[in-house]
Amino acid sequence: MSTAEKYVTAAYLVVLAVVLLYIVLYAFKLGRLERDVGELAELARRREDERKRAA
Amino acid sequence: MSTSLRNNQHVVLAAAAGCLLLAGTSLAFYWVPNAPVEGFRQRIFYVHVPIALTAYACFGWAAWKALRLLWTRERRYDLESYTAVHMGVIFGILTLVTGSIWARTSWGHWWVWGSRQLVLFLVLFLFYAAYFMLRYSVEPGPRRANMSAVYTLFGVALIPVSFLAIRLAEDLVHPVVFTHDVQNRLTGSQLLTFLVCLGGMLSLAGSLYVNELTGKRLDARLRELREALQ
Amino acid sequence: MTYLGDVFALARKDLLLELRSRDTVPAMLLFVVSTLVVFHFALPSDASATAETGLLWVALLFTALLGLVRAFVAEREERVLDGLVLAPCDRSAIWLGKVIGVVAFLVAAEVVALPAYALFFQPVGWELVAAVALADLGLAAVGTLLAAMAAAGRARELLLPVLFLPLVIPIVVGGVGASATDDPGRYLAFLGLYDAVFAILSWASFEYVVTE
Repeated sequence: MSTAEKYVTAAYLVVLAVVLLYIVLYAFKLGRLERDVGELAELARRREDERKRAA
Repeated sequence: MSTSLRNNQHVVLAAAAGCLLLAGTSLAFYWVPNAPVEGFRQRIFYVHVPIALTAYACFGWAAWKALRLLWTRERRYDLESYTAVHMGVIFGILTLVTGSIWARTSWGHWWVWGSRQLVLFLVLFLFYAAYFMLRYSVEPGPRRANMSAVYTLFGVALIPVSFLAIRLAEDLVHPVVFTHDVQNRLTGSQLLTFLVCLGGMLSLAGSLYVNELTGKRLDARLRELREALQ
Repeated sequence: MTYLGDVFALARKDLLLELRSRDTVPAMLLFVVSTLVVFHFALPSDASATAETGLLWVALLFTALLGLVRAFVAEREERVLDGLVLAPCDRSAIWLGKVIGVVAFLVAAEVVALPAYALFFQPVGWELVAAVALADLGLAAVGTLLAAMAAAGRARELLLPVLFLPLVIPIVVGGVGASATDDPGRYLAFLGLYDAVFAILSWASFEYVVTE
């Protein structure tokens, strides 16, 4: 591979790398969102139980 | 404030991005003939310029949403403007990196002050990076939304003024002005390849934008839910 | 009260405050002269005239920042800004009044800085004075708006320079060009254009920056 070809490919690969990095970071965010939803579901269930017990 | 992705935008955009980018990259590597003067190196043009134009489009989109916010005071425009600026900065960084690689292979240096587009993007990058500092420093709320919107509009005004300043500065500092030969005239095959890549980059930006916006809206809704339950 | 009446009342308030407390302008004066002295030690002996001009503009920029950081401090500490915003005056009058005050501070600093520069480095021509005058307007217009934004956040002394510097790069280009090249008219016209565009933008959008 000539030098020119190396640089051109590098440029395209950098773009690909950044997009993939974005996807990885987004996966982390989705994990956090899932955890939050789980916590809130737990909170809601506990509230429901308390209300049933009080009634 | 719906979090559901209306009309399957995300699927259409992602599919378009995938197809167009695949097609565009293939065209750029296999089909388009070598440029007469620059040779093989010129092919970076098909990734660098579409990304630059997409960054401008993102900043323009952000400014439009900012204007809508100031006009209607509807809070959803704040998130949309913020996400668009985020996309613009990501593509701006990519513009600087690909431009730097192109500069290195064309003229031997990783940075050239004589390239107007590169310097302009550097100034814009600094400006929009400061946007995030502004957002993190102010309490969330309508005041922060207004300020962010005003700042975004200033950015759009800065683009032509900065470009003029950079052109004037060339006479001051006397750098050798670097331009890439291909940007002056495009042949038919070059134009086609360029347009396909441009479409791909715009779809990519749109796809990432829709995804990120949904994520941010989900975040906001979950926060409201949490406050309601506690 | 009329619009201009409000503007001048606000400007008078700032100027009287400064006359009584004397904390901002003396600091700006000392700062700019000290900076010029630092530049003497920072420049090599064969530095070109253009380099010296460039450094003067850097000094002016940072002196302006110094003054601007304090622009809304008094208002914020005494919650005066809330009171002003609730008052039945046009919010942009607050901006214009502040700008007049900032320009006055800048001119006061430059009255000392330019002769000091002429003494330490090289003579000052009419083009430089004209460029500085035009630049003051642009710096004050943009700086006042950004100072109001920064005042609403945390770490405002750190935030203001970060917001300010990218926006005022064109002023530096215009200023150095007007004082260092053979065609000052072009650069002075550019400074005028910058002032017009950003003054109008700042004047129109100040309302949104200080209200909800």
